Amino acid sequence: MEDSLDTPALSWPHHIFIFGILLLLWMLLTGSLDAQELVAGAVVSLAVTLLFGERFAILTGFRFSWLAPLHILTYLGSFFIALLRANLDLAGRVLSPSLPINPALVEIRTRLKSPLGRLLLANTITLTPGTLTVDVDGDRLLVHWVYCPPGTDLQRATEQISAAFERRLSGFLI
Amino acid sequence: MNMVGDILLLIGCAFIALGALGLLRMPDVYNRLQAGTKSATLGTLAVLLGIGFHHPGWWAKLLVIAGFVLFTNPVGSSSIARAARKAGIKPRLLAGKVGTDS
Repeated sequence: MEDSLDTPALSWPHHIFIFGILLLLWMLLTGSLDAQELVAGAVVSLAVTLLFGERFAILTGFRFSWLAPLHILTYLGSFFIALLRANLDLAGRVLSPSLPINPALVEIRTRLKSPLGRLLLANTITLTPGTLTVDVDGDRLLVHWVYCPPGTDLQRATEQISAAFERRLSGFLI
Repeated sequence: MNMVGDILLLIGCAFIALGALGLLRMPDVYNRLQAGTKSATLGTLAVLLGIGFHHPGWWAKLLVIAGFVLFTNPVGSSSIARAARKAGIKPRLLAGKVGTDS
């Protein structure tokens, strides 16, 4: 099932995207908008993009569209809400004297094709309530679930754990 | 401003303390990872946000740290869980392994 580990060539928009990310990181780390700093950052970012751009091939999973920033924002919003819920849920379980857990390993299936998409989905699953990604094999993700409802199968697990985030991620990832 | 920062620092520390309690109470490595990852991530973010209220000039570097934590924390715990599974550590299952036969 290792169908997506080949690395396609990067297109021009991807190179510009990498350059933008590097320049943004430079600006955040230097913390100044001084002209000299910006020129130095642009030169370094350009050199890194031209020399090592192919190493960023994982970014080919990014899908460019005018709506992509909007999708990223809605994803981040729902992600932080899920992270907060995950912690409150965990706090409730840990503080409860009976320790209400019902752990299970379940498999779920993803429709995301790119390594970047699967990476972000696995990360999101790990940080959302009660679930932890144990392994990724092709389009299957093995997930450890702290409180698995009885009689759960692949379809229902996929729906409950990943479907909502997968929909949001597929707005800007392949 | 400082008050808000203090409260955020306190909340962050409380979540991290709860995570530590989870490490002690949970029965096996996978459940412990769950407790550790989520609380450490949100706890660190809350602490960073609290520091941001105390030192508004540091926001750019704090943002970089927050992004780094958000990316690497789940990757790290997934790697530990994967290594534990490859090493043959059986998770304590009450519901049984489901979904793998379809």
